[in-house]
Amino acid sequence: MTEIIVVTSGKGGVGKTTTSASVACGLARRGKKVAVIDFDIGLRNLDLIMGCERRVVYDFVNVIQGDCTLKQALIKDKRIETLFVLAASQTRDKDALTTEGVRRVLDELIADGFDYIVCDSPAGIEKGAHLAMYYADRAIVVVNPEVSSVRDSDRILGLLASKTQRAEKGESKVQEHLLLTRYSPKRVAIGEMMSVDDVKEILGLDVIGVVPESPDVLSASNAGTPVILNPDSDVARAYDDSVGRLLGETLPLRFLEEPKKGFFARMFGG
Amino acid sequence: MGLLDLFRRTPPTASLAKERLRIIVAQERSSRGAPDYLPLLRREVLEVIRKYVNVDPEAVQISVEKEDGQEVLEFSVALPEKAAG
Repeated sequence: MTEIIVVTSGKGGVGKTTTSASVACGLARRGKKVAVIDFDIGLRNLDLIMGCERRVVYDFVNVIQGDCTLKQALIKDKRIETLFVLAASQTRDKDALTTEGVRRVLDELIADGFDYIVCDSPAGIEKGAHLAMYYADRAIVVVNPEVSSVRDSDRILGLLASKTQRAEKGESKVQEHLLLTRYSPKRVAIGEMMSVDDVKEILGLDVIGVVPESPDVLSASNAGTPVILNPDSDVARAYDDSVGRLLGETLPLRFLEEPKKGFFARMFGG
Repeated sequence: MGLLDLFRRTPPTASLAKERLRIIVAQERSSRGAPDYLPLLRREVLEVIRKYVNVDPEAVQISVEKEDGQEVLEFSVALPEKAAG
């Protein structure tokens, strides 16, 4: 059984690609065969975050248009055996992506025995975002604890409930999960930032992960190494927990409180 | 920056964010699946009403409710206290 997971948000810059890359890595590291696809046609980015930008020869649109085979376009990750990346096209023609074309690529991946297909959605609610979610079984809705991001994600929830194949065919609904990123326990504690519970209450979704705000995310993207692979990072632990929950593990949420600083750290600023 | 600024804290705003979101999300959810012409209809109705009474844009609420398989278009106009326009 292949599961198709869309990583979406509505608003841009909240961490969709970072999340797609880390979730795909996390699943593959647990032995699953995973393909991660960039749906942001015209603005390819996943390849950079995955660190395979110089190995892109063919892209998603090339496969759909029959310029190459899927095998030729899939980029095999150099770190994890069972992980493959399908890059977005740089073409400006947004119509290059079609419902049937996407279906064919997904079907071929399913026939190839992939366990998970992670669809990295572009921001907005245009065609790319629509197609990224259309065939999804599950959705990870990435949200920052901030008003515009929460509102946009609610809009996305509305689309997941009406504009997906599951909704149109009247099948069981897409399973939705909330993933909070850029969470700052310190600011939550002093009432400057909405808490996990606040966002959860507004959106009415189960929380699959809370990723703390951290400079590790920028360092990871600078290096082209998905942040989940940084063994010293709380961000990596938070993502790995989220992957565990995706796979059905029951894990308590971590990093919701600021780590206690020792005397010296407080004196000299840590 | 004066010395006093060191002691002045910005008031916590998270609860404000939550309250605003609760209202707007509820409002947007209720209009989901409603006909596309609703915003335009609302604007035109507002213009007509304003010819007679000077009401606030927020005073006109339109919603489509489903009751026993029938769709009901519901208008609500809150008139200002001094209704003479």
